[in-house]
Amino acid sequence: MSTSSSSSSSSSSSTTTGSLSRRRSTPVDSGLGWLDDRLGVAKGGRIFMDKIFPDHWSFLLGEIALYSFVVLLATGVFLTLYFVPSAAQTVYHGVYKPLDGVKMSEAYASSVNISFAVRSGLVIRQMHHWAADVFIGSIAVHMCRIFFTGAFRKPRELNWIVGVSLLFLAIVNGFLGYSLPDDLISGTGIRIAYSILLSIPLVGSYLATLVFGGVFPGDGSIIPRFFILHVLILPAIIAGLIGAHLFMLVRQKHTQFPGHGRTEDNVVGSPMFPTFMAKTTGFLFMVTGVLWALGGLAQINPIWQFGPYVPYKISYAVQPDWYMGWLDGAMRIMPSWEFAGFGHTIPFMVFLPGVLFPGLTSILFIFWPFIEQKLTGDRAEHHLLDRPRDRPRRTAVGAAFLAFYFMLFCASSTDVLANFFQVSLNVVLWTFRFVVFIVPIIVGLFTYRICLDMTGVSHVGKRKRAVLIVRSATGEYTTVDTEARPGDGHHELEPMLVPGFIEGLDGDGAEGGEPGVRRVVRRP
Amino acid sequence: MSDVTTDEPGGLAEGHAPKEPLPLASFDDPHLQPLAKQPARAEGVVGILLLLGLLGFAAYGAVYWVGGQPQVEGISLGVGLFCFGFGLSAWGKYLLPQGPFMEKRHKLASSDDERAAMAAAIVERGGMMVKRRSFLGGILGIGGAVMGVVLAFPLLRSLGPVPAKTFDVTNWHKGSRLVDNLGRPVHVADLEVGGSLTVFPEGYTSEEAMAVDQTILIRVAGPDVDVVTEPSRATWGPDGYLAFSKVCTHAGCPVGLFQHQTLQLLCPCHQSLFNVGQGRPATNVFGPAPRPLPQLPLYVDESGFLRSQAGYDQPIGPGFWERTTT
Ligand code: HEM
Ligand code: FES
Repeated sequence: MSTSSSSSSSSSSSTTTGSLSRRRSTPVDSGLGWLDDRLGVAKGGRIFMDKIFPDHWSFLLGEIALYSFVVLLATGVFLTLYFVPSAAQTVYHGVYKPLDGVKMSEAYASSVNISFAVRSGLVIRQMHHWAADVFIGSIAVHMCRIFFTGAFRKPRELNWIVGVSLLFLAIVNGFLGYSLPDDLISGTGIRIAYSILLSIPLVGSYLATLVFGGVFPGDGSIIPRFFILHVLILPAIIAGLIGAHLFMLVRQKHTQFPGHGRTEDNVVGSPMFPTFMAKTTGFLFMVTGVLWALGGLAQINPIWQFGPYVPYKISYAVQPDWYMGWLDGAMRIMPSWEFAGFGHTIPFMVFLPGVLFPGLTSILFIFWPFIEQKLTGDRAEHHLLDRPRDRPRRTAVGAAFLAFYFMLFCASSTDVLANFFQVSLNVVLWTFRFVVFIVPIIVGLFTYRICLDMTGVSHVGKRKRAVLIVRSATGEYTTVDTEARPGDGHHELEPMLVPGFIEGLDGDGAEGGEPGVRRVVRRP
Repeated sequence: MSDVTTDEPGGLAEGHAPKEPLPLASFDDPHLQPLAKQPARAEGVVGILLLLGLLGFAAYGAVYWVGGQPQVEGISLGVGLFCFGFGLSAWGKYLLPQGPFMEKRHKLASSDDERAAMAAAIVERGGMMVKRRSFLGGILGIGGAVMGVVLAFPLLRSLGPVPAKTFDVTNWHKGSRLVDNLGRPVHVADLEVGGSLTVFPEGYTSEEAMAVDQTILIRVAGPDVDVVTEPSRATWGPDGYLAFSKVCTHAGCPVGLFQHQTLQLLCPCHQSLFNVGQGRPATNVFGPAPRPLPQLPLYVDESGFLRSQAGYDQPIGPGFWERTTT
């Protein structure tokens, strides 16, 4: 595109006005002008395009979550075109012959149809399931990043709360989703969910019958109810919260790791446009590509093998999706405590692990920033991240918690483990009842120790320079850094503000050149 | 070091975006050079990746067109999308200005005056609305609360029936004939010792009824042996047969597995185990189930079919607040 060359101003003036007067008008200028006259978008838009995204890999975790949500929306809409959310009974005569003539719900029949009769349907159904697993997994790992680096500290406590809410809503929506096909395994999960509702003291039986439209399995309304929650209400809330999450992120700007030129008063990285945009759009495609490939290649939830849900049938090795595993594990290792007296029953063996425990977990997670503020007395604003080893106590607590939930997750396979190691279920059960508490304590202490040891050594983790270990005359060891050799690491430039105007790009610069052609300049 | 020529902004203290001239850089600024040491080669790699992406898209289109095949669909479009995205990301990382760039952080909090002004707007201006109008304020408040309550009626109450007696009742009655899931009555000769069968009261075939009534019939001894699980249940187990509610007292899964060597019923959901047989009234011996499975008293009628002497003597299944029998 070559417009009439404007009069080139000779002096390479470095003020904005100087550059402004030298800018030639492009079609973008006029289009933007039209919009800006009406909405005043230029200033804010430019500031947004200059927004800086730190270049650390750990910032990708949240993006994985965001993009798997995008994939969930897209694949989910596709599924709604074929899925029939109805418990009405029908007899199957579709293309999948092994189920021919079997009585089943419309929901199950339509899910089998999506898998076998809709072209690309199986890939998209499996992709939806994989995306749900990746969505929840990446939220959890992203949350660990936020936790261990202290990114939740003031002023970001609210965004932490939004994030925790997203995690729990995602788990709930995942449960609702895999309940929809009404196969034998998910139906069993619904049955357990009903009993968990029922276990709540005082209101339990009301809640359970209202939600299910009667005593289990109810009047057939549970599938349509789960459906509307799953495809509309929870996704809308999740999308709204993601919006709030990103709004706060833009408003408060990113945190960053300490480093060359990085202070509490700036953010260093790549600008939104075009660098980050290119990288992140590419990343969206990469995440989608991986999920699509998983959907095509890696079988997940083969409902046609489980058969339709029948209330008096049960399959073996009943296990929920992995993100419910910690709850299932807690249900399994809970002692069989039930209170009965005064004309009432409180089934603690279900109420504690099924209601109270996840409730307390979410409360603890939500209030963590404030709990930590209380414990450390640190109420200052922080924009520079902690390295986990520099906060041994927080890191140890976090590691212990992860160990705790991981052990519960393992406890959801007591039967599989007992089979595998050829020991009795009894041994496995009792082992877990102890291990669930002992392992986190050991992990916590161990982590604490490692953190302390690491703070003593300079440049841990950066193997850029050799370190000499020197033994003193008294037998004490110390480390001494060696001189940097040329080529060690790469010396970073001083960060600069994102330039609004680039001189010389269109050939007006001192060196001249063809208008509109970017010249390749050798690096110094 | 950089060519940025701006006044140092004093923005932080003011809490506003600084009114600084827009930064300007010269084209040969090192910040604007690509990260790649050999941009031409990087460009080639990016080009190849984008082309692979394109190929993958086309391959998927072709596979779809000829009828589709999940694995090939997965490989083609998956690899295509991945390469396409990888190329674009690499373009952004290696061929666009390497930076590092930065932006300044501005104080988020407003000035004390602005805060006071907003607080005043809420408290004082808002106060004007209710001042000396406490009567109206009261009605507004009560009205709002009542509205909230009545709106909850359709949202909650319409959802389903309240649990009247429904939890305590199954369809097992005095004389109910035991039938299998296809409605065929169970004859005393039907099960071998060690066998088991899920049974229902005759005449109740709906899914809802079956969910509640499901009962596991097991045979632990031969004819003419009365299995006595408890002294008070002397006649409940005729001809080696025993029947227990199949709804686990833990969380309601079907207690599906009868292990006849060990004489135990196993619930596969959380591995609760129940001892059955002579002197063993489905006692919960392992796992989280808190109570034995209720036992259904049986008898053999004159034509040799199994029937129940009565319904269950207690609510079946998991515990709940209103449950009285222990
Ligand atoms: C937070 C977001 C979401 C999560 C975690 C999620 C998770 C799941 C899971 C795990 C399944 C079971 C898939 C299977 O059969 O293996 C499922 C099914 C389903 N989802 Fe989602 N989903 C989400 C959002 C959506 C949205 C936004 C829609 C529609 C607009 C949707 C529509 C459906 C439908 C129709 C099914 C049943 C189809 C079938 O399984 O045959 N989902 N979902
Ligand atoms: S439902 Fe039977 S053990 Fe949990």
